[in-house]
Amino acid sequence: MTVLEFFIEVAGTYVSTLAFGVLINIPRRALNFGGWIGVLGFLLYRFTVLSGGGYVVGNLLGAFAIGVASLQAARIKKMPMILFNIPALVPLVPGGQAYQMIKNFALGQNATAFVFMMQVAMISGSIAFGFLLSELVNRVQQRAWRHRR
Amino acid sequence: MSSQKKRDQLILHTALTAGRIMIENGSEIERVEDTMTRIAHNAGAKTSQLFVMITGILMAINGEVGAQIQPVKRRTFDLEKIAVVNQLSRAFAAHDITLRQFADKLDHLDSETKYFPMWAQLLAAAMVSGPLEVVFRHNLHDFWISCFVGMIGWLVFYLLNKFIQIRFLSEFAGAATIGILAVFVVHLGLGISVDDIIIGGVMPLVPGVPITNSVRDVLAGNLVSGPARAVEALVSAAAIGFGIAMVLQFL
Repeated sequence: MTVLEFFIEVAGTYVSTLAFGVLINIPRRALNFGGWIGVLGFLLYRFTVLSGGGYVVGNLLGAFAIGVASLQAARIKKMPMILFNIPALVPLVPGGQAYQMIKNFALGQNATAFVFMMQVAMISGSIAFGFLLSELVNRVQQRAWRHRR
Repeated sequence: MSSQKKRDQLILHTALTAGRIMIENGSEIERVEDTMTRIAHNAGAKTSQLFVMITGILMAINGEVGAQIQPVKRRTFDLEKIAVVNQLSRAFAAHDITLRQFADKLDHLDSETKYFPMWAQLLAAAMVSGPLEVVFRHNLHDFWISCFVGMIGWLVFYLLNKFIQIRFLSEFAGAATIGILAVFVVHLGLGISVDDIIIGGVMPLVPGVPITNSVRDVLAGNLVSGPARAVEALVSAAAIGFGIAMVLQFL
């Protein structure tokens, strides 16, 4: 990955996260934060894949980072957490694999389609599990926070 | 009617309206329960019992009025309203507004929709499609045409959704439009890869809100609402898939 490609990916992720936020009518104050959280999650995923960690671990780490960062953003901005993690999730969605699955099913190549279907299931599962782990961290943190007051 | 009874009635009305607005616009169940309990508590009700589902809310407070039901009939994604309800609830907790003002503001919020202007939404749909096509597929040549195809597909989805109110059918039509347009522009020589243009183009239709909420609802222990949202997300994904598959059959 060259430096130029890196910047194109960061800019693309930021712009698309922000634009998805506009489509589901997120308040203007929350848009910028959501965009950067999306970039954070995607970069973690990208670097894990580049360093040979695999799709599943990459998506898990990305979703985990998004979950934890969203709670911090929600606390700073005093706004609901879903305003930040829904748009940030969009760059992680397995759009390419889902499309290949549909295409191969439509063309009757079921064996190839099942391979992609497996990938979609694994990626979706790892994103869900990443959220689960981040929720764990968030609960512990909330408990510690409440305890300290 | 005694003044206490009127007050209890107002508490119930406010909490139920706040809950309904939040579910209608795509909030997770745990947040709804939390907000409604807080409203009742801050308004002076000693205890409150809640039963929140994705299709309706049941609430009772200890007082002179009985439990009340609020059905939730429609579901859209407008996260700004959730933020506004959250903000109003915080203001009420800090005694910045009275219960009466809170109720009035909620009733007012319900009738007005403050979406981004049409051109901004179209631009946003284009800016979801094009950049994600480049990020996923590294195909810079098809950037502009992906923007265009995604924008038209989202326009079809948006207009149909406004008139027929069935989300799944609108998604199907939007996806089919994207597929046909992608094949057409590649045929005309404006783009290189049908696959890349379609992958970018369908991204604005991704059901992000139900996916996230279903995970959070299941984790919070709402075993009825979580899977219900997952089904919503799956049917949306299937509708998009069928729209694309139908076009690819005729390649």
